[in-house]
Amino acid sequence: MKFKTAFLFGCLIFLVGCNAAPGTWGWYVIDPRTPAGYNNIRFLLNGFGATILLSVIAAAMSMIIGMLVALPGMSSNRWIRLPSRIYIEFVRAIPLLPMLFWVFYGLPVVLKSMGINISIDAFWGAIITLAISDSAFTAEIYRSGIQSIAKGQTEAAKTVGLNYTQTMRYVILPQAIRRILPPLANQFIYIVKMSAFASVIGMQELTRRANELVVTEYRPLEIYTLLILEYLVLVLIISFFVRWLERKMGSDESR
Amino acid sequence: MTKPGDVIEISGLNKWYGDYQALKGIDLNVAHGERIVVCGPSGSGKSTLIRCVNSLEEHDSGRIVVDGIEMIDNDSINAIRSEVGMVFQQFNLFPHLSILQNLTLGPMKARGMSKADADARAMEYLERVRIPDQAHKKPSELSGGQQQRVAIARSLCMEPKIMLFDEPTSALDPEMISEVLEVIVDLAEEGMTMIVVTHEMGFARRAADRMIFMDHGEVIETGTPIEFFEAPKTERCKQFLSQILQH
Repeated sequence: MKFKTAFLFGCLIFLVGCNAAPGTWGWYVIDPRTPAGYNNIRFLLNGFGATILLSVIAAAMSMIIGMLVALPGMSSNRWIRLPSRIYIEFVRAIPLLPMLFWVFYGLPVVLKSMGINISIDAFWGAIITLAISDSAFTAEIYRSGIQSIAKGQTEAAKTVGLNYTQTMRYVILPQAIRRILPPLANQFIYIVKMSAFASVIGMQELTRRANELVVTEYRPLEIYTLLILEYLVLVLIISFFVRWLERKMGSDESR
Repeated sequence: MTKPGDVIEISGLNKWYGDYQALKGIDLNVAHGERIVVCGPSGSGKSTLIRCVNSLEEHDSGRIVVDGIEMIDNDSINAIRSEVGMVFQQFNLFPHLSILQNLTLGPMKARGMSKADADARAMEYLERVRIPDQAHKKPSELSGGQQQRVAIARSLCMEPKIMLFDEPTSALDPEMISEVLEVIVDLAEEGMTMIVVTHEMGFARRAADRMIFMDHGEVIETGTPIEFFEAPKTERCKQFLSQILQH
C-alpha cells in the first residue's frame, strides 16, 4: 500500500511537471525523445549497475560477517561473547559517512604503516564500509531470530539426543529463518539506500551521476526526482522478491 | 543408601541461581521400575530437581548417577540423556515438522536409524498414545492433549529407561487432562521407571509407588501415597495438601 501511494505520488509530480508553465519544470533535460535528453537519461540509468553491484556484494559480506559475529555472541561463555558485543557496540556507534571517509582516506595509510600496500578504490571502499557498518545490525537480527526460538525447543532437541549442530540445523534455524528474513530484507533495502553515500568518494553510482548531471544541466528538480524514482523502483523490486520468497517458504507454523 | 536395583542415585545435590539456592542437599534414590510423584508449592525446586537428572539444569555440587553412569562430563551427560526421556509442561513439539517427523528426528539423526525403521517405530508409539491418524499433521493442528501425547510418544521413540514428566498436564484444558494421564498410567503399569512432577493427586494415588513433597529446595517428606495422603507427618505437608485438596 505504502509503495503504491508513493508511486502514484511520483507519477503525479511528473504529470504536474509536464503541464506546468514553462520555467518551473523542464523535463526536456531527461526527455528520451531528444538526443540530449536521451544521452542524459542513459547516463543516469547506467548508475543502476554500480548501485546494484555495490549493494549486493556489501549485503552478502554483511550477512557472512554478521553470522560470524552472532554465533559466538550467543555463547554461554562470557569471554567468547565479549568480542562480539564489543564489535557490535563499536560498529553500531559509527555514522556511515565518517566511516566511509575513514576507510577510503585513512585505512590505506594504516595498512601502509603495517607494510601492506593495498590501494582501496571507491568501489571497494564503499563495499567495505557498507558491509562492516551493516554487519552489526545483521548480527543482531540473527541473534534475535535465533533466540526468539523458545528455549524449550533446544531442550526438547537435547532430550531426543541431538547435538548442538543437529539442533541448529534441524530445529532452530528452520524456524529462525522465517523470522530473520523480513528484517534482513529491511537491512538490504537500507544498504541500497545508504550506497548513495558512495557518491562522495567518487563512486559512479546513481547519486553521483545525478549530481554530475545537475552540475552541467542545472535542472536539480527533474534530475533528483528521477533519482528518487530510481531508488523507489529498486526497493519495490526487492520488496516483491522478498514477499515471494516468504510465501514460498510457507507461513510461520510455530504460532 | 545405594542398592543394586537403583537406576537413579542423587546425593547432596545443590543448585544455585545466583544468590538463590534452588536445591539444598537433595538425596534421592529411584529403584528400577519405581514410579515417583514429586509435589510441592511452586518455587519449591521440584522442576529444577528433575531437570538436573538429564542435565537440562547444571547442578553446582553433589552427585548424580543414572543407570550406573556418573554425570561428570559432556560424554556422560549424552549417555545419560539417551537413557532418559522427558515430557515438558509446554509440550515443546517442533512446530515446523509433522507429527511423524517430530517422532523420527531423534531416532534418525541421533541414533542413525533408517527412515523406514524410524517411521515404523513412530507409528507403533503413535498407536500406543492413540493418535496414529494424526501422523501427517503439524503440531499446531492438534489439541493440547493430543500434542502432549505426541510429546510422550516422541520421548518413547528413543526407548528410554526412565521417563521424566515436568507438570505434563498443567498447560492443558481440564477436559484434556485425563487423556494424557491415561497414557502415563499405561506406561506406569508397563513398568517404566518414572518421576512425575504434578499436582494431579488423583493420578498420584493411582500410579505412584512413592510420594515426594518438596518445599524451599528441600525434600520435606516422602512416603507411599497412602501414608502421604492419610497421615502426612509434617505441618507444611498438611497445609499443602489442605490447599490443593479443598476443591
